[in-house]
Amino acid sequence: MGLREFVIRRILQLVVTFWAFFTLLFVLFRLVPGDPTTMFLLDGMTAEQREQRIAELGLDQPLHIQYMEYLSQLLTGDFGQSFIYREPVIDIIIVRFMNTIVLMGTALFFAYLIGVTFGALMGWWRGSRFERGGIIVTLMARSSPEFWVGIVLLSVFVFWLGWFPSSGMRATGGELGGGFVARYGSIDFLRHLFLPALTGAIVFMATPTLLMRNTMLDVLNADFIEIKKAEGLPERTVLYRHAARNSVLPIVTVMAIATGAAMGGSVVIETVFNWPGMGREMVRAVNNNDYPVAMAAFFLMGSVVIIMNFLADLAYVYLDPRVEYE
Amino acid sequence: MSTKTNSPITNLLDGLSNGARYLRDKFEAFEGDRLGQIGLLILATFIFIGIFARPITIEFLNITIPGIAPYDPNERAVGGRLEPPSSAHLLGTTHLGRDVFSQLIAGTRVTLIVGSLAAFMAVFIGTNVGLVSAYFGGWVDDVLMRITDIAYSVPFLPFAIVMVAIIGSSIVNIIVAIVLILWRSTARVIRSQVLSHKQRPYVESAEAIGASHIRIMYLHILPNVLPLAFLYAAFAVGWAVIAEASLSFLGFGDPAMLSWGEMIFNVYTADAIREAWWWVFPPGIAIMLFVMSVFFIGRTLEKVVNPELRHKE
Repeated sequence: MGLREFVIRRILQLVVTFWAFFTLLFVLFRLVPGDPTTMFLLDGMTAEQREQRIAELGLDQPLHIQYMEYLSQLLTGDFGQSFIYREPVIDIIIVRFMNTIVLMGTALFFAYLIGVTFGALMGWWRGSRFERGGIIVTLMARSSPEFWVGIVLLSVFVFWLGWFPSSGMRATGGELGGGFVARYGSIDFLRHLFLPALTGAIVFMATPTLLMRNTMLDVLNADFIEIKKAEGLPERTVLYRHAARNSVLPIVTVMAIATGAAMGGSVVIETVFNWPGMGREMVRAVNNNDYPVAMAAFFLMGSVVIIMNFLADLAYVYLDPRVEYE
Repeated sequence: MSTKTNSPITNLLDGLSNGARYLRDKFEAFEGDRLGQIGLLILATFIFIGIFARPITIEFLNITIPGIAPYDPNERAVGGRLEPPSSAHLLGTTHLGRDVFSQLIAGTRVTLIVGSLAAFMAVFIGTNVGLVSAYFGGWVDDVLMRITDIAYSVPFLPFAIVMVAIIGSSIVNIIVAIVLILWRSTARVIRSQVLSHKQRPYVESAEAIGASHIRIMYLHILPNVLPLAFLYAAFAVGWAVIAEASLSFLGFGDPAMLSWGEMIFNVYTADAIREAWWWVFPPGIAIMLFVMSVFFIGRTLEKVVNPELRHKE
């Protein structure tokens, strides 16, 4: 099978996965035990209002028609109205989505930057005290739920040292104005961003660190490293240019899994730091039975994971010519 | 092939000696592995605390074993409100005057139950899916692996939140929500192992003497991939406990069973996080220690499964 065929097959698979995910959402939110219509109704409605609302939402239709209707709505980005905000869900969720992407993107970027470097050094200095200590620290970080890391950082840097604001995304009064840079580039914003992003970075760092260390150990055993050393190249050059570079490949594949973890992590981290993102919005929506918002948030999180899985597969075959398309 | 190798008794004996060899390997791996030993020790301590957390009454012997927890974890006002640690209350009290130490001890049970049950179920499902998928191949493999892909596309924690919110937050529902996602990694990894075993001569000879599919799958192939399943079970315990703690922290825990995550949720809702360090830190440290212990054990098991790693240390 050629590269082209592989890509086409992978795209088809992407479509199937998306369809299955949509269906799962439908099942979760419509076919729940009890009367599925009650969750779309508000308390204090008269019987007539109820009926009208049910008809409005199309909930009196047979299920398969509801299902088709639902699919076409999702594809056009129509998630309905929020029960609480009384606004279209899409307007609410898009802003929150951007906030989450900024937070989690920063966290993942630093997690991978630090993790890859740290893991490479651990592999390079194998058997040293640095490596043993590094493994314990990494496993500790991996064993901590995001909220626990967040609480420790809060206690130290906010409650004890008072260096950072405790919650939110910007100081009160510092309302959004201007463009992207003014919104996400101000000092005030960065001060608010620091702790939640650090929390994510600490938790997500473990996977790339351990993986990088393991692949480094494999690569370091390869003959070409010995040859490079024998050529008299400085250690640093061998480490950076030859060993580390050849160990990065597997990291690409776990990026997709990391994005999934980051979506889950955003729910917890945003709750701890009161970050106005999609994760916190989802918790709030579920608690208030604001199902359209909860569903839209879940939909976006799943979509991000599916697309990242797809990109990781493509990146892998592109980066490693030895990979066979199964 | 003589009848000897095919008789159920020799098979059983083979299985037992395989198991014994495996256990011996496992303990050998723990020898000289400080982290693995520490992990076992911490886990054993938690299991002990979990079992004897509350008084146990054995009715027909008419005896009661006293519990470790000095107070009823849910009884209000056994002390003052938000008292710092003292000799009467080792870890202070909550905003309702409940004893934090007793809550911590009682919470061990929830963690053990969720961790062991969720991991067992997830690995059970994952192993079977991987085994069937790889053994039969063809459309069975296609269907099962697409389902696994779909499980991989669902974000774990958000899914658990929605599930629990819809079907209700009891401990059983929490375990079900965790298991529905957690089986995926075991399924993939067992499948790839079984694929390589399927090509080996021992499977071919079993086929040649007419062993049934079930027999080949479960008596011949399964014992060889079981160590890998154990390894994934160890990690699954860790992930399940983290997931339960996160769910409870967000307020979706079982209200009838106080867990460590729920304790921290209570600190948050009581708005005591700034002052009541004695209430926040113990459950957090407990979660971290517990998960660390199973990850340490997992790392040691990894060396049994993948002997190459032994030379890397």
